[in-house]
Amino acid sequence: MSNNAIHHALRVDYEKCRGCCNCMSVCPTDAIRIRNGKPLIFQHRCIDCGKCYRACPESAIRVEQDDFNEIFKYTRRVALLPSILKGQFPETIPKQRIYSELLEMGFTDVFEVGMMWRVFHLATARYIKNNQDKKPFISSFCPAVLRLIQTRFPSLLDHVIPMRAPVDIAALFYRRQLLAQGVPDDEIGTFYVTPCAAKVSAVKTPNPHERTILNGVINMDYIYNRVWKRIRGEEKDMPPEPLAETLCEKGVLWFLTAGESEYARGRSLAIDGIANVIEFLENMENEEISDIDFLELRSCDQSCAGGVLTSCNRFLTVERLRNRAERSRKATCLKDPDRWDDIDDDTEYLVDHIMLGKINPKPALTLDEDMGRAMVKMEKLQKILAILPGVDCGLCGSPNCQALAEDVVNGDASLRQCIFLQKKRVAGDKTKITEAGKILDAVWGKNIFDGRAIDLEE
Amino acid sequence: MKFEFDIADGDFAKAGTSSSQVKHILKQLNVDTKIIKKTTVAIYEAEVNVVAHAVGGGKLLADINLERIVVEVADLGPGIADIPQAMVEGFSTASPEVISMGFGAGMGLPNMRKNADKLEIISGVDEGTRVVITNYI
Ligand SMILES: Nc1ncnc2c1ncn2[C@@H]1O[C@H](COP(=O)(O)OP(=O)(O)OP(=O)(O)O)[C@@H](O)[C@H]1O
Ligand code: SF4
Ligand code: SF4
Ligand SMILES: [Mg+2]
Repeated sequence: MSNNAIHHALRVDYEKCRGCCNCMSVCPTDAIRIRNGKPLIFQHRCIDCGKCYRACPESAIRVEQDDFNEIFKYTRRVALLPSILKGQFPETIPKQRIYSELLEMGFTDVFEVGMMWRVFHLATARYIKNNQDKKPFISSFCPAVLRLIQTRFPSLLDHVIPMRAPVDIAALFYRRQLLAQGVPDDEIGTFYVTPCAAKVSAVKTPNPHERTILNGVINMDYIYNRVWKRIRGEEKDMPPEPLAETLCEKGVLWFLTAGESEYARGRSLAIDGIANVIEFLENMENEEISDIDFLELRSCDQSCAGGVLTSCNRFLTVERLRNRAERSRKATCLKDPDRWDDIDDDTEYLVDHIMLGKINPKPALTLDEDMGRAMVKMEKLQKILAILPGVDCGLCGSPNCQALAEDVVNGDASLRQCIFLQKKRVAGDKTKITEAGKILDAVWGKNIFDGRAIDLEE
Repeated sequence: MKFEFDIADGDFAKAGTSSSQVKHILKQLNVDTKIIKKTTVAIYEAEVNVVAHAVGGGKLLADINLERIVVEVADLGPGIADIPQAMVEGFSTASPEVISMGFGAGMGLPNMRKNADKLEIISGVDEGTRVVITNYI
């Protein structure tokens, strides 16, 4: 099955990986197999949730990123920041200090993506009003959730609000501002400081029908480490002028759980954590869930505060951001977010230009595109499942018995990889023990006992 | 191709397990998403009815070929006395306990009819109930 159109950002460093297979066990979409002692990611199944990245004790899985020096290809170098970046730092560090360090690093502009929350809110409200038959509405905020729905729950795609992601809206906005000032388009470089792998992949997946508005992504941990080192290194007087516009309370909280659902009209739910999201979508497909108007679904626990590229403890980030939001709330009293009469031309333009066309399904569960062939495979799959032991040990190199059975019918594995069946075959003289050893080596690599003396007598 | 699943007795938390399993199979077979949706919704209602109204659990049998999906949900009783009446929107004999679980609006069978190309119900007092849902592919 080819879904080559999806680019994935996770890379395995084979030098560091020692084949412990923690990644395979945690992957919520059964996308990982072990071959030759190393993980192999089935690209069409991966949703870039980053669970495997977190689970790896050797830090052997990394998130591909652009070379930082890429930014210097442009004369205007715009850093687009989710509020989560501020939440990485103690509240005693003024945001001006963080911004000024980004400018020192080489950016010419910094802009808070949270500034776009009202555009997103208004466009959402309008879409909901005009598409009442598509209730319950699912926000397209989180790219990992969007991919989950495309690959595993395509029947629910109709409920997804087809809107650009927050950072894409911010990139569109800022680029427009600069164009209006006369900066040529090809001199503007917009870069997102991303808390998640999912956004990296979304940016890197080419869309031939569209002009680039977001030029690249920089991993948040990279920025955090560089900024934090400098902040700890020296005291600095802050410029009196604010370096970026002040974010209102809602823009700060937008990236946290309930950041959208709080202002949604009607009944809304906010669900975070990929396992929770999957469970909920299963129920939703059965229509067990009714009378809900709006669903905010986020892949990470504590939403973007728990993004895999963040450095600070997610609960602490949430607390810090809540405090920052509280200060913003006291500073500026917020207008009624649902009013349309006080919006400026930019907001109006954006609300009109951020809807996407149809979002296509990318089904990852189908055994074959042709139903007839899928039926033949399914029959074989049922027979295989009936003989597999059902212990889900993972020693075959697939995460569970069901996955091994699917791999066998798809030609991605051999049934002899099951060590229980192997033992039976060896006992019945159907497979030589040396042969069984070779099969095990193909999955786990030849060097699993590398450097260790094994004394079986002891 | 035939598949068989058990429906646990009186366990609302587990109601939906068999329909989810059938749904997974239909996805693997690359059945049209609209047909999957309809079928899953219809089976789910039948499954919940076994949990809510029958004693002793039940069975779900799915038979799928290239033309159609036939799902039979069967239990061992107490059965339905008046089927046309049970089909009326809003008719329900749900116990207070079932109602407290958020069911018992009398919408299950009508919803099943809406989501099935063909619906057959075979039942009688003190007999089991068999609901046969057919959807054409
Ligand atoms: N499997 C069954 N065994 C016995 N009686 C049943 C069964 N299925 C349905 N009934 C009877 O038919 C009635 C109507 O069923 P229906 O599914 O339409 O509504 P409900 O289950 O009462 O409520 P809802 O489905 O809205 O939660 C039930 O109240 C019950 O009396
Ligand atoms: S990113 Fe998520 S879906 Fe992809 S391989 Fe890792 S754990 Fe699996
Ligand atoms: S919750 Fe936020 S950080 Fe996590 S995957 Fe979704 S958008 Fe990215
Ligand atoms: Mg019912």
